[in-house]
Amino acid sequence: MTVTPGWYMALAAVLFVIGTGGILLRRNALVMFMSVELMLNAVNLTFVAAGRQLNVLDGQVAVFFVMVVAAAEVVVGLAIIVAVFRRRQTASVDELSELRG
Amino acid sequence: MVETVLFVIFGLFALAGAVTMVWARNPVYSAMGLMLTMFSIAVFYVSNSAHFVAAVQVIIYAGAVMTLFLFVIMLIGVDKAETRSENLPVQRPLALTLIVLFGAGVVVAGRLAWTTGVRNPLNPVNGTVEAIGNELFRRWLLPFEITALLLIVAAAGAIALALFTDDDDAEVDA
Repeated sequence: MTVTPGWYMALAAVLFVIGTGGILLRRNALVMFMSVELMLNAVNLTFVAAGRQLNVLDGQVAVFFVMVVAAAEVVVGLAIIVAVFRRRQTASVDELSELRG
Repeated sequence: MVETVLFVIFGLFALAGAVTMVWARNPVYSAMGLMLTMFSIAVFYVSNSAHFVAAVQVIIYAGAVMTLFLFVIMLIGVDKAETRSENLPVQRPLALTLIVLFGAGVVVAGRLAWTTGVRNPLNPVNGTVEAIGNELFRRWLLPFEITALLLIVAAAGAIALALFTDDDDAEVDA
């Protein structure tokens, strides 16, 4: 039994759905942020598997760029979370409800 | 055969790590679960002959990004337990329904076609540093330079966010 790229993509889809669940169900900003990272990783795995399926390197180059952007996103996002925590003493998104109508 | 065994073992690890990340009450356990998932994905990169990407995955994600997460968890503190009760009345069932629908959509899309496009008839890809470097510095040079700019801007932005909050507080206090 050989592992086809489709297997990796199926696993990546499951990981992506778990990440979506984390965003929808958790209220801790940090854990929600980690869920975003999980979704990005799942998509990266899909890129690599698709690149192997089609015999092109473009998938791996795309993963490289996604990683760079994700690193920048993590830096800014965590800085925002820390800045919010300094003011409000909480990382729960439920208590950050200033904008509600 | 080896790839099948690796896929099953590390697939289970990846799923266990992901579920731990979503489920754990303590954010440190969440971070550890995510780290396990990222290591497993690095193993999958190796079995897909994406060696350079696998190394970058371990160094950047499992190393740098998760360390950053743990630092922030340490700064914020884990003693404040997250309340599991939901403020919005229909959020939980709605969220679960959406997750199930989304998963079903992914499965349906996957049954149609995992990949579209023309298969390159040349040799199978081998993601060595040389091959990736040839791609990056020939076809993707401008995007590569732009990501460098993006990283500088992100670092400056993070420093600005960390630096100027205290000044604002001081003004409010004064």
